[in-house]
Amino acid sequence: MKIKPLQIVAHIILIIGVLLMVLPIWISFASSTHENVSILTEGMRFTLGDQFSRNYNEVLNEKGGWSEEVTAAKMFINSFIMALGIATLKVAISAMSAYALVYYRFKLAVPIFWLIFITLLVPLEVRIFPSYKIVSDLGLTNSYTGLILPLVASATATFFFRQFYKTIPDELLESAKLDGANAWSFFIDFLVPLSKTMIAAMFIFMFVYGYSQYLWPLIMTTAEEYWTVVMGMKIIYTESYEGVALPRTAERFAYIILSMIPPVLVVVFLQKWFIKGLIQTEK
Amino acid sequence: MSFLDLKNVTKIYPNGTKAVHETSLSVDEGEFMVFVGPSGCGKSTLLRMVAGLEDITEGDINLDGKLINEVDPSERDVAMVFQNYALYPHMNVYNNLAYGLKNRGIDKETIEQKVNDAAKLLQISDFLQRKPSMLSGGQRQRVAMGRAIVRNPKIFLFDEPLSNLDAKLRIQMRLEIKKLQQKVGVTSIFVTHDQVEAMTLADRLAVINDGIIEQLGTPIEIYNNPKSLFVAGFIGSPQMNFLDANLNNKTLSAENFEIKNIDSDYNGEVTLGIRPEHLIETENGLINLKVELVEQLGSDNLVYGQIKNIKDFCYRSPGNQTIKKGDTLSLNIEENKYFIFDKSTGKRVN
Ligand SMILES: Nc1ncnc2c1ncn2[C@@H]1O[C@H](COP(=O)(O)OP(=O)(O)OP(=O)(O)O)[C@@H](O)[C@H]1O
Ligand SMILES: [Mg+2]
Repeated sequence: MKIKPLQIVAHIILIIGVLLMVLPIWISFASSTHENVSILTEGMRFTLGDQFSRNYNEVLNEKGGWSEEVTAAKMFINSFIMALGIATLKVAISAMSAYALVYYRFKLAVPIFWLIFITLLVPLEVRIFPSYKIVSDLGLTNSYTGLILPLVASATATFFFRQFYKTIPDELLESAKLDGANAWSFFIDFLVPLSKTMIAAMFIFMFVYGYSQYLWPLIMTTAEEYWTVVMGMKIIYTESYEGVALPRTAERFAYIILSMIPPVLVVVFLQKWFIKGLIQTEK
Repeated sequence: MSFLDLKNVTKIYPNGTKAVHETSLSVDEGEFMVFVGPSGCGKSTLLRMVAGLEDITEGDINLDGKLINEVDPSERDVAMVFQNYALYPHMNVYNNLAYGLKNRGIDKETIEQKVNDAAKLLQISDFLQRKPSMLSGGQRQRVAMGRAIVRNPKIFLFDEPLSNLDAKLRIQMRLEIKKLQQKVGVTSIFVTHDQVEAMTLADRLAVINDGIIEQLGTPIEIYNNPKSLFVAGFIGSPQMNFLDANLNNKTLSAENFEIKNIDSDYNGEVTLGIRPEHLIETENGLINLKVELVEQLGSDNLVYGQIKNIKDFCYRSPGNQTIKKGDTLSLNIEENKYFIFDKSTGKRVN
């Protein structure tokens, strides 16, 4: 096979892209396996050091925070629960509301859809004080429910599900009806399996969104046991940084690398559905 | 009351389109009824009202002695085969067939039994594990049929199920549908705009035009005795020839010939209809046809030509004759095999 010049150019561009994506992660990982001193004196590393187990052990098990109670491991779990809750509920709620908007032809469906869409202009950060007031009035501060609930409505996902459902031919619904399907079984037996690629994609986006929340958990939680990863990144190693000790750069890198694992796991796990959806181009 | 009874059924769509006008119709148990008519005449609308997929604006529909106007489609116990089949793309063939049974809460063994029986009947047993996307058009068609049959419904509704198939397969499936219906004996309504399909399948035929049933009867009745210009033109292939004429005192005068002693008291402008197959060649016939085009079908020839100012007049001649472009044929109409319609209303007058 002859390689065309254009192909070479394309590959060079792709390789540069891959390097841009991978290098920062590699540098973080390599640096996280060195001693703090050597990073301080010699800068970031491209090669692996010999402090892997010490640094990672330290990060996972060291108790941090003001009262020295919360470990990084606990924060990963908190964030994972929060992100999982947000992603699951977001996908479920938006799929169902899109179903209602597309298949129940009541007059207000279109205005309601636009109303939902407009909420894109009002992200949590804008409505953070009213949201906090409501959540605290309900006594939900310092709880997983409080962390998750205000974030579960999603205009974006509703929009995508709505567009997808609109492409499903009417005959499918009619035929299912004649086969005795009711509103609920049509949703579960048809729309959910037909949109599973979409559900997987939405779930991943929403998981990452939930996982990277910073402001809301920061305001919501006073108890350290509900701290999340992104908060920890800011808080957990601050004191030693400002003290006389060396900045703990290596441990921070280890923390960053560890914090990437839950979202990566989600992607790896759901990838199967993605690929399935891509291979079987149905319809 | 018969098995399916439509009484003064009217459909007006929300946008004001009046698709079906005060239609009444009875279908007997086990009968194969065909709705035929041009595109947009309201066939599908009528069928979908029986299925419950469209609301009935006015009138009543009774099925098996029960008023079903307000009954949900899932409770009507009707099965429909759609033009694009509407198979469930994410389920394999087995589950496509089984889905309706599962919804009825039938137990697993019975479902398996029924699905296998239906699959055998339709010769799709080999594909039960495949998804619809892995089937050919004809196989999909069978699956769609299977999905209807397996539930053993009160009535089958077909909405142009053959129009996505190629010509040969269409003829084959047409035959199979007819055989299958006779075997299973389920009351059926079949919608088509293909008059050959309609003629071959129907026990009785409803010719629909513009939301109205123009004529209802057996295919032969309708062929032999069309009640209106529309029906006459629609049923029969090749199409009936139409000539302008005048009827006065039982004498019909067309462009260059006359027919006397016509059995009609109508006087005025009329349209004379003659089927291509009701012409015979004789010496000194009524009509002189100047041949312009011959289509040789083997079994017979379709001869198109001109009579004075009338173009594309068609005559069906036996296949063993050799007729060439430029010939002039002398033709007679078979005894009483002509139809006379009031020119303004299209109503039959003889
Ligand atoms: N949902 C709808 N809203 C408004 N008008 C409609 C709707 N569906 C059909 N119509 C109109 O009603 C009339 C009858 O339509 P219908 O689909 O019953 O025709 P048809 O006889 O089945 O035609 P075809 O052979 O093309 O399928 C048409 O004029 C059509 O435009
Ligand atoms: Mg139609």
